Amino acid sequence: MRVRQRGLLLLAPAVAVLTALGACSNTSSGGGSATPQLTGNCAKYQAFAGHAGTKVTMFASIISPESDSLQKSWNEFSTCTGITIAYEGSNDFEAQLPVRVSGGNPPDLAVIPQPGLLQKMVSTGKVAKPPADTVANVDKYWNKAWKAYGTVNGTFYAAPMSANMKSLVWYSPKAFTAAGYKVPTTWDEMMALSNTIAGTGKKPWCGGIGSGTATGWPATDWLEQVVLRQAGGDVYDKWVSHQVKFNSPEIIAAMNTVNGWMHNPAYVNGGFGGVQSIATTTFQDAGKPILTGNCFMLQQASFYGAQWPTGTKIAADGDIYAFYLPAISSSVPTPVIGGGEFITAFSNKPEVQAVQTYLSTPDWHTSRIKTATGWVSANSGADQSAYTDPIDKLSAKYLTDPNATFRFDASDLMPPAVGAGQEWKSMTAWFAQGTAIPQLMADIDAQWPA
Amino acid sequence: MTVLADSTWSDAGLKFFNTFGTVAVFAAILLLVFWAAGRATGRFYRPLALVVFLGPAILLLLAGLVVPAIQTFMLSFQNADSNRGVGLANYEWAFTTSSIQNILVTTLIWILVAPIVTTLLGLGLALLVDRLRMQSLYKSLIFMPMAVSFVGASFIWRFVYEARDPSQPQVGLLSQIAIWLGFHNPPNWILTQPLNNFLLMVIMIWVQTGFAMVVLSAALKAVPDDVIEAARMDGAHGGRLLFFVTIPMIRNTLIVVLTTVMITTLKVFDIVRTMTGGNFGTQVLANEMYTQKFVFFDNGRGSALAVILFLAVLPLMIYNVRQLRKEREVR
Amino acid sequence: MTAVATEQVATEPRLPAVKAIRRSFSSPIASFAVIVITVLWTIPTFGLFVTSVRPAKDVATTGWWSVFAHPAFTAHNYDTVLFQNTFGSNAGLMPFLINSLAITIPATVVPLTLAAMAAYALAWVKFRGSDWLFFIIFALQIVPLQMALIPLLQLFNWFGDTTGVDLNGTYVKVWTAHTMFALPLAIFLLHNFIAQLPRDVMEAATVDGAGHFKVFRTIVVPLSTPALASFAIFQFLWVWNDLLVGLTFAGGTADVAPLTVRLAQMGGSFGRSWELLTAGAFISIVIPLIVFFSLQRYFVRGLLAGSVKG
Repeated sequence: MRVRQRGLLLLAPAVAVLTALGACSNTSSGGGSATPQLTGNCAKYQAFAGHAGTKVTMFASIISPESDSLQKSWNEFSTCTGITIAYEGSNDFEAQLPVRVSGGNPPDLAVIPQPGLLQKMVSTGKVAKPPADTVANVDKYWNKAWKAYGTVNGTFYAAPMSANMKSLVWYSPKAFTAAGYKVPTTWDEMMALSNTIAGTGKKPWCGGIGSGTATGWPATDWLEQVVLRQAGGDVYDKWVSHQVKFNSPEIIAAMNTVNGWMHNPAYVNGGFGGVQSIATTTFQDAGKPILTGNCFMLQQASFYGAQWPTGTKIAADGDIYAFYLPAISSSVPTPVIGGGEFITAFSNKPEVQAVQTYLSTPDWHTSRIKTATGWVSANSGADQSAYTDPIDKLSAKYLTDPNATFRFDASDLMPPAVGAGQEWKSMTAWFAQGTAIPQLMADIDAQWPA
Repeated sequence: MTVLADSTWSDAGLKFFNTFGTVAVFAAILLLVFWAAGRATGRFYRPLALVVFLGPAILLLLAGLVVPAIQTFMLSFQNADSNRGVGLANYEWAFTTSSIQNILVTTLIWILVAPIVTTLLGLGLALLVDRLRMQSLYKSLIFMPMAVSFVGASFIWRFVYEARDPSQPQVGLLSQIAIWLGFHNPPNWILTQPLNNFLLMVIMIWVQTGFAMVVLSAALKAVPDDVIEAARMDGAHGGRLLFFVTIPMIRNTLIVVLTTVMITTLKVFDIVRTMTGGNFGTQVLANEMYTQKFVFFDNGRGSALAVILFLAVLPLMIYNVRQLRKEREVR
Repeated sequence: MTAVATEQVATEPRLPAVKAIRRSFSSPIASFAVIVITVLWTIPTFGLFVTSVRPAKDVATTGWWSVFAHPAFTAHNYDTVLFQNTFGSNAGLMPFLINSLAITIPATVVPLTLAAMAAYALAWVKFRGSDWLFFIIFALQIVPLQMALIPLLQLFNWFGDTTGVDLNGTYVKVWTAHTMFALPLAIFLLHNFIAQLPRDVMEAATVDGAGHFKVFRTIVVPLSTPALASFAIFQFLWVWNDLLVGLTFAGGTADVAPLTVRLAQMGGSFGRSWELLTAGAFISIVIPLIVFFSLQRYFVRGLLAGSVKG
C-alpha cells in the first residue's frame, strides 16, 4: 500500500535525524588526543597541553570593552593549547549565575567579584575545588589576605584575577594648575579645597551611580571609604560580619560625613545638575565634566581609566590623573579599599583545571597587563615594569604597600541580598528621594539574611 | 568594511541546517503520527485522536507551567531558602511592609490606567482610521511599536526622557519640548514622582495601542450591517449610534482586548527594569517578584508575590471565562 | 407611485455598517487627529533611527532633532556594529542575527502547530471536561515565566542525565521553553477562530468519511490560514524580542546568544557608545518590521474574528 510505504519511508530517517539533531550541538567539540609536544612560542604552555579541541565556558560580569582585553590576553594560550575559552559577559551576572547553578547548567568558570556571592555559591555544593597547582600559585604569589577572600569555611576555592584600587580621586592636573589648586593630602585639605571651588560658583565634585540593575554601587563605595577612614579596620570588619549594624553610631556617623561630601548640594553634581542627578547619571559618564571644566574631582576606582575618551593624556601633568583619597583620622594609616574578582570553577574537567591554573600564573597576569591598561594585579610574580599606565602604577603601589590598612570592598563581602541588593537600592533612594538616613539603615539591616 | 569571517558563514550554514532540519523532522513525525493514528478504528479512534491532538500541548503545559505554578504556590509558604515552612508569614510581610504596599498600589494603578487608556485610544483610532484612505499605512505605523521589544522600546524612550542640566544642550526630546514651550527648568523626568510612573505607562500604551486598534478595527468591520441600518432607521445618529448600538455590539472584543493588555501589563517587568531598575518609586509587582527571587534570593517572598500577582488577575479571568462560556453555549 | 418609491429606496445604496459609523464621524478634524497621532507615534522610533546615523560626539552632546539644523550623518555606527571586531565578536552582530533566526523559526512553527491541534480538539471533538480544560489552559497565561525558569532548567538537566542526550549548546531547550510559554495564549486565540469555522463544511467532511486527522489537515488548516498567519507573526515578534528566556535557556556566549542578549550585554548601563547601541537596537527592530509589514494584511482579517461576534 502506498500510504504504508510512505509512512515507513518517513519513519526511519526521521527517528535517526531527530536523535542526531537533538544531540547535535551548534558548535563542534572534540575529544583529546595524546599530549602533543608544543614548540617555539608555544613551548611555555607545555604544562597545559593535552586538551586540544576542548571548550571551557567562562561567565563574568565584565563586559566590553574591558572584556575584549581579557579575551585578547589569553589568545596565545588558546591557540597554542587548543583550548577554546568561550567568554560571556553579562550585566545581569549576579542574578544569572545562581539561576544557572540551581538550574543545573553552571558555567565551567565564573569570575565572581563578590566574596559574598562566592560564599553563596559554595553553599550550593556545586563549586569544584581548584587543582593543587592553582593553590600552589596562590600561596606563592599572593599575600594571605587575598587567599582568605577566596576561602570559604576554611577551604580555598577561588584564585584572584584582577585587583583594583578604589581609594582614588580623579582630577585634571591641567585644571588644577590653571586655577592654582594643590592636590590635597588630608581629608580636611580636601574639604577646604571643595569649599574654595564652591566659592567660585562651580561644583567641585561630580558623581554617578547609575549602572543598570547594579545602580547604587558607587555610593556604597563612598560609605565604605569613610567607614574605614573614620572608624578603622576593626569596626569595618565587624560591620561586614553584621556585628556592627548599619544602624549603629559609627556607620551613621560615616553616613553623615558622606552627607556633607557627595550629598552636599554645594558640592555636587558638577556638570549634571543637583544632588538628585547623581542617581540617574551613569557611573561611566560621571567623570566627563572634568574634561570640560564643569567639575573638578570624581571619587572612583582605578578601573575608571578605561572610560576616558581615546586621546586623553593620563599622566601627572596631563589631562587626567588621580590622587589618593586621603585619610581622615591619623589612627588609621593609609586606608585603602580595593576590590577584585575570584575565578571559581564549577567543573573539574582537566581542561577547566588547566585554564584555572594558567590564569593564576604570573605569566598570564603579565600578559593581561601588557594587553591593555586599566588593569592591576596583586600577583607578586607579575612583571611590575609592564605597567605603562601611571594610574596602574599608582594603584599597584598602594595595593602592595605593607603599611596600608587594606580592606576589600565591604558590600562585596556582605551577603548578596544586602551588598548586591538592598544597600544599592537604599543608597539610590537616598540620592533620588533624600530618604532619611536612619530609615535607610534600618531597611538595609532588615534585609540581612537570618 | 571588513569582510565577514569565513567561520560566520559555515556557522550560519550549520545553524540553518539544524533549524530547518528540526522543523522538517517535526513535521515528518507529526505526519507519521497522524497517519498511524488515523488507521485506528472503532472505539479507539476518538480517544487516540484526543491523545494525538491534545497530548503534546498538555504535556508541555504540565511540565512548563502547571508544575512550576504549583511549586511556586508551595514555596510561598516556606522561608527564603525553602527548607522550613513559615505559614502565611510571607503574605503578611507583603501586605504590611510599606514598601511592598507602595508597590501593590503602583501596580494597581498600572493595571487600571494602561489597559483602559490603551483600549480607549485603540477604539478611538479604530473608529477614525477606518474612514481614511491609506488606512493600511496609519495602522502599520501605529502598530509598529509592537514589533519593537520592550528593551528596544526602553532604548527609544531614553531619548525622550533623558534629562540634562538646563544650562546644557538637551538630549531628551521631552525636556527639549518643555524648553521650547517656555519652561526653562524641565525636571529630571525619571526622578519626578509620581509623574515618572505615568511616563513609563506611556511606553506601555505606545506599544500596545496598535494591537488594540487593529483588533477593534476588525471587530467594527464585522458588526452586522442590518443592525446598524435598523438603528439608523430608528433615528440614531453620531454619538447615540456609537454608544448605544456599536459599542455594545463589540463588547466582547473590548473585554478581550482589555484583558489581554491587562495581563501583559501585569507580566511585563522589562520596561521598569530597564528604565529605572525599580528605583525612584516606580517598582511594580512583576519586577519586585524578580528582585526578591533572583537578587535577594528569597524564594518564599518572591513566590508569595507571584501568587498575589496571579490572584490579582483572577477576577478578570473569571469574568472573561464566564463571557466565553456564554458564547460557547450560543454556538 | 410604488414603483418610483421602490426605485428610490433601491437606488439609495445600502450603507455597510462601517460607512455608517464613518458618517457619524465625518469631519476633517478626525482625519487631522489621526495624522497627528500617527506622527506622534512614530517620532520616538524616528529619533532612534536618526541617532543611529549620527556621529558619536554629536549623540553625546546634542539632541537628535538638531540634525535638521546641522545635518551630520555617518554610516560608521552601522558598519562598526554589523561587521567590525567589537564587543568580543569578530563579525559584529551578524552571528547573533543568525542565532536569533535559528531560535525564532522553530519557536514559532512548533507552538503554532501544537496549538492549532489542541484548539481543534477543544473546539470540535466532543469530550467530557473539554470546557474545563480550555478554561484552565486560558488561565495558565498568567503564570509568570520567571517562576518556571529554574524548574525547567532542572527538568532539562534531569532529561539529559537520564537519556544521556546532552542538550547544552543546542537550541532544543530554548525552543521547548518558548513553546511551553506560548501555548496558553496560542490555544486561546486559535480556538476562538477555529470554533467559528462553518459547521456545515465540517459536517460535510465527516459525512464523507473523513476522520479527525483528515479534517484537520485538509479543512481546518487551510481555512484557518489568516488566524495561523496572525499568530505566527505575534509569536515571531515575541520570540525575536525576548531576552529572558533566550538568556536562560540558550545562554550568552557568542556561539548561541540571540540578538537581544547581545544588545543587553552591549548596553545595560547606557554609559558608553550610545550611537552604537542605537544602531544595534535599530537593526534588531528591522527584521521584525520586515516580517510585520509584509504580512500585515492578515491582521485585518484578524485572528480574533471569533470574539468579534456578540
